[in-house]
Amino acid sequence: MSRMKTMLAATVLGTLMHSTAAAEIAVPIAQLIIDEARPPVLSNLDPEPQDLGQAGADLGLQDNTTTGRFMGHAYSLTTTQVAEGEDPLPAARAALAKAPFLLIDGPAEALTAIADLPEAAGKLLFNTGAEDPALRSETCRANVLHTVPSLAMRTDALVQFFVQKRWSDIVMITGPHPKDRAYAAAMERSLAKFRLDLAATKDWTFDADMRRNAAQEVPLFTQDFGDYDALVVADETHDFGRYILYNTWQARPVTGSEGLTAVAWAPVVEQWGAAQLQSRFQDLAGRAMRPEDYANWAAIRAIGEAVTRTGSGDPATLRAFMLSDDFELAGFKGRPLTFRQWNGQLRQPIPLVHPRALVASAPLEGFLHQRSELDTLGLDQPESACSAFVP
Amino acid sequence: MRFAAALATTLLATPALADEIWVTNEKDDTLSVIDIETMEVIRTIETGERPRGITFSKDHSVVYICASDSDTVQVMDPDTGKILHDLPSGEDPEQFVLHPDDRHLYIANEDDAITTVVDTETRKVVAQIDVGIEPEGMAVSPDGKIAITTSETTNMAHWIDTETQQLFANTLVDSRPRHAEFVKDGTELWVSSEIGGTITVFDVATQAEKAKIDFDVANVHPDRVQPVGFEFTNDDTHAFVALGPSNHVAVVNAETYAVEDYILVGRRVWHMAFNADRSRLFTTNGVSGDVTVIDVAARKPLKTIKVGRFPWGAAFRPTN
Repeated sequence: MSRMKTMLAATVLGTLMHSTAAAEIAVPIAQLIIDEARPPVLSNLDPEPQDLGQAGADLGLQDNTTTGRFMGHAYSLTTTQVAEGEDPLPAARAALAKAPFLLIDGPAEALTAIADLPEAAGKLLFNTGAEDPALRSETCRANVLHTVPSLAMRTDALVQFFVQKRWSDIVMITGPHPKDRAYAAAMERSLAKFRLDLAATKDWTFDADMRRNAAQEVPLFTQDFGDYDALVVADETHDFGRYILYNTWQARPVTGSEGLTAVAWAPVVEQWGAAQLQSRFQDLAGRAMRPEDYANWAAIRAIGEAVTRTGSGDPATLRAFMLSDDFELAGFKGRPLTFRQWNGQLRQPIPLVHPRALVASAPLEGFLHQRSELDTLGLDQPESACSAFVP
Repeated sequence: MRFAAALATTLLATPALADEIWVTNEKDDTLSVIDIETMEVIRTIETGERPRGITFSKDHSVVYICASDSDTVQVMDPDTGKILHDLPSGEDPEQFVLHPDDRHLYIANEDDAITTVVDTETRKVVAQIDVGIEPEGMAVSPDGKIAITTSETTNMAHWIDTETQQLFANTLVDSRPRHAEFVKDGTELWVSSEIGGTITVFDVATQAEKAKIDFDVANVHPDRVQPVGFEFTNDDTHAFVALGPSNHVAVVNAETYAVEDYILVGRRVWHMAFNADRSRLFTTNGVSGDVTVIDVAARKPLKTIKVGRFPWGAAFRPTN
């Protein structure tokens, strides 16, 4: 039970060549991957990669190391995996003892507990896994920046698409898992934000094996929705949603967790130079890059970018720089990525995709904002109750 | 389509009458040849996969094409459109520059973080130089002594001594540097940064930053103002700078570094080429799949010419 697997993802590059900076700076980074209980799902089609999230960090380290070679900056990464049900705090303390930068890919409760450790004071933590909007609001922490988009950013992106398409009557099927419930809550908030109607909701209660009888059950299940414009499926564990497509009573688009999805990253993103990032990742990991990988890659690249620009390895200096107007990260999404100064969330476009192509990239044209169109996604300053970031 | 291709072949037999602009179509695996007088596409020529960088030899007897996904640089006879041979280029060649010796190509290998130097006579790789991640912009000084590679993810201009083929300096620029040019007899180096939204001007003698040029297009969010390719008018007095998804070309005074004008062109404007007397400028517009012709003196768009899918590079070919 208390087995802890520690992997040295990469070692510090020994020799530094073509150094333009006089001083040599070591930048040790730690990554904590906290396994969560994963309920069994109906389909066996999509096994979870063993190195999910970790491979993204590995690529970020490679990218940083190449730049560091020219600058005299030596990056290193230590990844620790915490098994399901195990207390993550000892592993977090151990990681923080060695590195001032810690990526946490795990649930919200673990994240805030780690951020509140005395060992985390003055360190810089990155949330690369928890999508809970509350972490960007009332439970935010001053020492935590978020490179993973909040659920609210993802559902806002999708609802912008509904508005653009004039899909005004929306219905939703919600699964039983807490993640499904959280997604449904975020979707309801987004629909209200953009003034769309949630005409009806139904809970998914089937316990049959849908691979065999979806064709019989789903038409009946969706018949009493009547007419609507789009069906949202809240199925974040990807259990039943895939069996809804093409089986609904009405011929209407399926979206949400399946069909048209709003994600931080997908293999179909190839514009804006993304093809290069995709092929670098494929070469490294032997698989396609997933949203979890992107969030971890972005965190390490944000550290790298800040170290490059400031010539410092001090977490307080880097945090101040990342939250300043001078920071921008080239994230292969078509525009520079920056951090929100009120809650530490990385602003980023959200791709709307189906498995074979990019459909659109939110914020969509016409959704305006006085500061940045990217702030039409997720918790805008007046919506966030976060006060830890007030200077 | 087949009929058009056949027609193009018959046209090859007749001598060309006017100068031409050659455009690579990244997603069509073709070149579009534009007649400068009529401002129409007169030939469409097949290339290797994903053609991007394009440049002619000094006497314009051959044209070099980066066929990125074919992992080669193709050497084409511009009269016949036939591929004469391929050059070893390293993997995924994106952009290159021909050394003033008319013999060595400096090639950015985007997927490999390498700059490859190829001798076009012996058709051999002379050197490979480790640079930053996603090398793209390439330039050689007029005296041939310095080659530059910019790396998009490392955000640097890498300075290569062409004598030793070694790096002698690495200078930071803003995010995603895309294009580099030596100007004013090689005393200045200009580097555009797509995501940073700037052009950095370096003093070549000291490699020190001398100026930074910012852009501000009315009613376009600064995030969408993304400088990419740029070219200079006669005597390097003004630069015309493609601003990507802002769909504008900026006119920059090269003495004061002030932006004087913005010209509306097609969508996601990328690279460009002048005609012989630099009175007309042809810009490739990737997303709209066309080329905008700009009247340089008037600073006005004249015409839009439909080309292939995702036009990328452009090169001038005199025919007289």
